[in-house]
Amino acid sequence: MAYSEKVIDHYQNPKNVGTLDKSSKNVGTGLVGAPECGDVMRLQIEVDDATGMITDAKFKTFGCGSAIASSSLATEWLKGKSIDEALTVDNMDFVEELNLPPVKIHCSVLAEDAIKAAINDYRVKNGKEAIQFDESVVH
Amino acid sequence: MLKLPIYLDNNATTPMDPKVLEAMTPYFLEHYGNAASRNHPFGWEAEEAVDYAREQVAKLIGADPKEIIFTSGATEGDNLAIKGVYEMYASKGNHIITATTEHKAVLDTCKHIEKTGGEVTYLQVKRDGLIDLKELEAAIKPTTILIAIMYANNEIGTIQPIKEISAIAKKHGVLLFSDAVQAVGKIPVDVNKDGIDLMAFTAHKMYGPKGIGALYVRRKNPRVKVTAQMDGGGHERGMRSGTLNVPGIVGFGKACELCRLEMESDTKRISILRDKLETELMKLEEAYINGSTEHRLPHVTNISFKHVEGEGLLMGFNKNIALSSGSACTSASLEPSYVLKALGLGDDLAHSSLRFGLGRFTDEEQIDYTVKAISETVLKLRDMSPLWEMYKEGIDLDSIEWAAH
Repeated sequence: MAYSEKVIDHYQNPKNVGTLDKSSKNVGTGLVGAPECGDVMRLQIEVDDATGMITDAKFKTFGCGSAIASSSLATEWLKGKSIDEALTVDNMDFVEELNLPPVKIHCSVLAEDAIKAAINDYRVKNGKEAIQFDESVVH
Repeated sequence: MLKLPIYLDNNATTPMDPKVLEAMTPYFLEHYGNAASRNHPFGWEAEEAVDYAREQVAKLIGADPKEIIFTSGATEGDNLAIKGVYEMYASKGNHIITATTEHKAVLDTCKHIEKTGGEVTYLQVKRDGLIDLKELEAAIKPTTILIAIMYANNEIGTIQPIKEISAIAKKHGVLLFSDAVQAVGKIPVDVNKDGIDLMAFTAHKMYGPKGIGALYVRRKNPRVKVTAQMDGGGHERGMRSGTLNVPGIVGFGKACELCRLEMESDTKRISILRDKLETELMKLEEAYINGSTEHRLPHVTNISFKHVEGEGLLMGFNKNIALSSGSACTSASLEPSYVLKALGLGDDLAHSSLRFGLGRFTDEEQIDYTVKAISETVLKLRDMSPLWEMYKEGIDLDSIEWAAH
């Protein structure tokens, strides 16, 4: 299967690989997927309390090139966005931007789930309720 | 000078030996007769060429030329052997014994037989990929007509104890069929010494052309018959109708002859390269060899690199190195290899494996390049693997409740 150039570029030069301090109150961590399914994504966001803006984002991903590219792209998109804006990111945005083929749509779903999980982790840490999301379609 | 890409997927198919092509060419252009045409020189030439090739093929496996039935390949051979025995010996019984690590052409044929009223026992394999002989013997019943066990596995190279299996089969009066695609031409296979009654193999895994293979069908002690699966002109002693693929058969014969003559030197050279590849890659942390290292084909290794995912790993170098991943994520299915799972590997290790198949044209420079490229990619991907980070922090990954999707 041929990967799109954008997937290859993210795979070869992934953006924002790394780890933020998950014990920090400003950091939200989303860990989604499962080793037995062949992908695990960990997405972390650092939020400025005062402005509600995402100031930093990091990822680490175990998975195929599309999973790595989706999470790398997610960190790029999240930086500089507000939490509310981040919540509007949809899995189809990844599919379109990275030209993911149908068999790789689950990678985009995982990236969307990782964003939501990171935001909820941040909310819960800061005394807010977790947002209830609809079950993802493709799982 | 190193030429890229490097081909290390010889279990999938092998390049043709130029000598094979050379032998075939005249049978496309000048000697194009139908081997069944008895009335003119074109037919005679073709028949003579087929007879000669049949001898070359038979000699490689210690068979009589009359015991060679040419097929389109091993998938057809597997089908013909299993369905053919099932139908021919229906009055004797309807039970077949096979193993979970067999090729799909065997497993799916068995599934088909189950749908038509047959009974199939699928033996589990041990951690090293070998079947348990006691379990095999215990599975035999009065209705058992066939044991179908492969000679060597296509993903991990594990060689089954065929002599011991055939002794058990003989003791109970059951026929033994072996899919020997990966073994024939690579290691000594002798249908008499090994006690095999039916055996499928194919040219394109041994430097011959695609689209031609053979089914060995024993003629003496016992005389074995299979019901034809294709009706027609009654070629190949009535077991496989269809105009013979003369150029393919000629190439197959030549490939068998080359394998017979070069097996010893090829094996020696290739196994040294395989061992070098394996030793170097095993220097990486958390790398595991899958399947028996003792009972194994000399040109195969299958290694899991824990906490990196196979498809992601392949992407790091698959422009330059042709390899296959034990993870089938590259196809529409997200299931990891059923062979590796049958060994008892967790999904994580099964998802992290690479299969290396070296061949006649593999050289040391290619192996050195491969070791370097794979090692670098594994390290790079582990740097971005959350599982590797957790492992390094001492977190037990099994203790985490993963949201399986």
